[in-house]
Amino acid sequence: MNDSSKSLWVAFALMVAVFVIAPIWVYPVFLMKVMCFALFACAFNLLLGFGGLLSFGHAMFLGLAGYTSAHAAKVWGWNPELAIVFGTLCSAVLAYVAGSLAIRRQGIYFAMITLALAQMVFFFSLQAPFTGGEDGIQAVPRGKLFGFIDLANNTNMYAFVLAIFLAGFLLIWRVVHSPFGQILKAIREHQDRATSLGYDTDKYKLLAFVISGALAGTAGATKSLVFQLASLTDVHWSMSGEVVLMTLVGGMGTLFGPVAGAAVIVSMQNYLAELGAWVTIVQGVIFVICVLAFRRGIIGEIANLIKKPL
Amino acid sequence: MKRKLLSLAAASACALGAAAQAQVTDGVVKIGVMNDMSGLYADISGPGALVAARMAVEDFQKTSKAGLKVEVVGADHQNKPDIGSNIARTWFDVDKVDVIVDVPTSSVALAVSQVVREKNKVFLNSGAATSDLTGKACSPNTIHWTYDTYMLANGTGTAIAKTGGDTWFFLTADYAFGHALERDTEAAVVKAGGRTVGKVRTPFPTQDFSSFLLQAQASKAKIIALANAGGDTVNSIKQAAEFVITKGGQNLAGMLMFINDVHALGLNTAQGLIFTESFYWDLNDQTRAWSRRFAAAHGGKMPSMVQAGVYSSVLHYLRAVEAAKADTGTKVVDQMKAMPTDDPLFGKGSIRADGRKLHPVYLVEVKKPAESKGPWDYHKIRATIPADQAFRPLAESECPLVKK
Amino acid sequence: MEIFGIPSQALFGQLLIGLINGSFYALLSLGLAVIFGLLNIINFTHGAQYMLGAFVAYLGLTKLGLNYWVALLITPFLVGATGVLIERTMLKQLYKLDHLYGLLLTFGLALIIQGLFRNEFGSSGMPYPVPEVFRGGFNLGFMFLPKYRAWVIVASLVVCLATWYVIERTKLGAYLRAATENPSLVQAFGINVPRMITLTYGFGVGLAALAGVMAAPIYQVNPTMGADLIIVVFAVVVIGGMGSIMGAIVTGFGLGLIEGLTKVFYPEASATVIFVIMAIVLLIKPAGLFGTQK
Repeated sequence: MNDSSKSLWVAFALMVAVFVIAPIWVYPVFLMKVMCFALFACAFNLLLGFGGLLSFGHAMFLGLAGYTSAHAAKVWGWNPELAIVFGTLCSAVLAYVAGSLAIRRQGIYFAMITLALAQMVFFFSLQAPFTGGEDGIQAVPRGKLFGFIDLANNTNMYAFVLAIFLAGFLLIWRVVHSPFGQILKAIREHQDRATSLGYDTDKYKLLAFVISGALAGTAGATKSLVFQLASLTDVHWSMSGEVVLMTLVGGMGTLFGPVAGAAVIVSMQNYLAELGAWVTIVQGVIFVICVLAFRRGIIGEIANLIKKPL
Repeated sequence: MKRKLLSLAAASACALGAAAQAQVTDGVVKIGVMNDMSGLYADISGPGALVAARMAVEDFQKTSKAGLKVEVVGADHQNKPDIGSNIARTWFDVDKVDVIVDVPTSSVALAVSQVVREKNKVFLNSGAATSDLTGKACSPNTIHWTYDTYMLANGTGTAIAKTGGDTWFFLTADYAFGHALERDTEAAVVKAGGRTVGKVRTPFPTQDFSSFLLQAQASKAKIIALANAGGDTVNSIKQAAEFVITKGGQNLAGMLMFINDVHALGLNTAQGLIFTESFYWDLNDQTRAWSRRFAAAHGGKMPSMVQAGVYSSVLHYLRAVEAAKADTGTKVVDQMKAMPTDDPLFGKGSIRADGRKLHPVYLVEVKKPAESKGPWDYHKIRATIPADQAFRPLAESECPLVKK
Repeated sequence: MEIFGIPSQALFGQLLIGLINGSFYALLSLGLAVIFGLLNIINFTHGAQYMLGAFVAYLGLTKLGLNYWVALLITPFLVGATGVLIERTMLKQLYKLDHLYGLLLTFGLALIIQGLFRNEFGSSGMPYPVPEVFRGGFNLGFMFLPKYRAWVIVASLVVCLATWYVIERTKLGAYLRAATENPSLVQAFGINVPRMITLTYGFGVGLAALAGVMAAPIYQVNPTMGADLIIVVFAVVVIGGMGSIMGAIVTGFGLGLIEGLTKVFYPEASATVIFVIMAIVLLIKPAGLFGTQK
């Protein structure tokens, strides 16, 4: 392997090691939450960091998949792996529809459109009978993986979530380093130049949007099985803001940035939970500091220091 | 509110037993008070519920010979089911909490009840309203203490329908509680000979009820029922006054009201409102004495029925722990159901197989300003409904635990 | 009398309520449009600044005994001053970067302001009394219109039209519009463009605060009052055309009316109707109804 990818593999090995060993000391349900949000942030970063498109409505993918997979698991009695696949597919379809509308505009307008579309999904979730409105879908059964591995056992569930997270992460890695990923980066840098080279930029942007939305859906579906609850919090616009924050803090345009960002933000929310509104304040402060002085994010700064990609 | 600070304060106020019971998990009986500490329901339960719980622990330790170590912790669920179930899970898995009490907001209560059942702990709900907690969502680990939507519907709904209020329009808060309240009230009204002419679901929570109130006005129903609670109820009543909705001969019925709402509205606006409660501080000497103690520890505010329910449920729980020599799980709940209840606030009562606590209930009317002698002197007792009539009869219950 | 099966009483009542909501949409989207037009920044803090206006009025009343009229006059300047501070210290640094950073910064500021107030005041509302002059109302036959709500409609119309006039018909407005087109050229003519930008931001923020003071007697003063409202206002601005002043005003009132109508005929959709319209407008005329493609 060449020089630049060596740093990536080292970082990957470190990350896997952390997630495999940590449950010994750290509450596994908390770690599963971190992994779900890390996948969510990585999916979001595919669009923002590599595609240059800021979506302010990504919660709609997280939430919709959460609801649909919860419904599949609870009401239709599907196995967890099928429920998650179903959730992912639903989000992919939503991403296709939403993306087709949003791609028409760029920059701030794109962000505003995604925000408004996410609001529509929020109000739909509020009123549709199957989502349970304010109550959410409760008592979602974790079920038996492939029909025989009981996921009510926290250890089994942890291994399952870890597998999904790593699979999603590796998929994004592959996409970023593929020819498709390169063209996406080219479009981010200078869209007109990419068009003049003969690429149908809208198609590439839409495909990136769908992949991003689908993987965000996977994160949401998995999360609803871990917590056995799908609720309105997952489709609210503040959730869309949180994933932006995670990516910003961790480092946009780096592979491992979103993972670090998710870990930081979820930990902060957990340990400051007793302080109530201070969590919001701290998040706001982090946003402001990151935008003004820390735009590269944690992993971005490290990558800049060692002059290797991360 | 820092959890650690609270539990330290509580622990120092409690008697430390020399020999902790061997069967008590981790040597400590840990009580978790979960409710809305800063939002819509903060006055009705909130920090006051913590005060009530600590008072119950104090009073128990004064007369108990068991030498139990008891701790009280608190948390804010912000009226969101995902936060509530997360706190419950973490409390049970990591913090070794044995029992969760209070939990207003029916959607959160249902979610927490699930987690409690899964982990075989104890849930003493005082704050939520949905009668489903002892109905189709009943659980062998849950006891529903203070009130529920059936009691409210039966008390207020029947009383008003029987005295001429026969056409109803519902303003319903769009979540588990609102739906349950609307359903139970409609049933009570129909049974008493009335009918529903319209309904509208309001987002939870809402600040501006003007368009919904106008719809209610247009329906010409004699009674506009507010199937909501807390700040929503206060806002709807205030705005109904602003738009002079009641001039046209319509009356408002607050289906779930607390003394704190009357306090927020002021007697000028609230006078004449009729609703059902299971506790009023000025009922008798015992309730007065306890309430004054409570107010002294809670900034001069008189207790709501929810806070009273927290005291009563924690006290009975600790007595059951002493008798059963266990502090969590269905063993304690069964013991609580086996022992009759008796405390200065609700008097003598009992707990049924479906988890429903029974006690007498009062139909109250808000006094006119001239009739009140001072702050918190707000209610007149119009009628007392005995314990065996106030709640849904077991024969009508949808609870799978009840053998028919 | 029934119109399309709905009694006219209900219809006109909801339309009036819709007009009141529309007044707030118009005021807020006007502020956003002004800021976006000149700074090219989506001011996510707008909702929090609206809330600040309401709180300054509330605190002014409860701590200093300042009545509604005093609050109406000085709050926009006070909160506008904080806006000037924000622009000078933070926003200025972002002009040379991608415009999305401005969005993120103002989002972060909104979280901070809202969090601070939630921490201090909880999230249930504080009551703010309707000023004496406006107690009571007009009996219009089909409904009883509280005087205060009528005042809101009139006042916001006046403010909106005055703002439009200044920007479109006066010399100051002309400088502003020119600076939007070509800042360096205008600067070369000796006009202090950076100062104009700062004051414009302050003005937009002041408008939000004014809306907040007017909202206090109706909607209860609470820390989350701006948060969900601002998302709807974004949609209004997108529909109207992001830099268009008249677009913001007309769309604000118009959408308030449409929302009111929806509440009568199809209440379940009333929360989403504005977003649906936004999606349709974006498909047909991406620049917005009154906007010009930049």
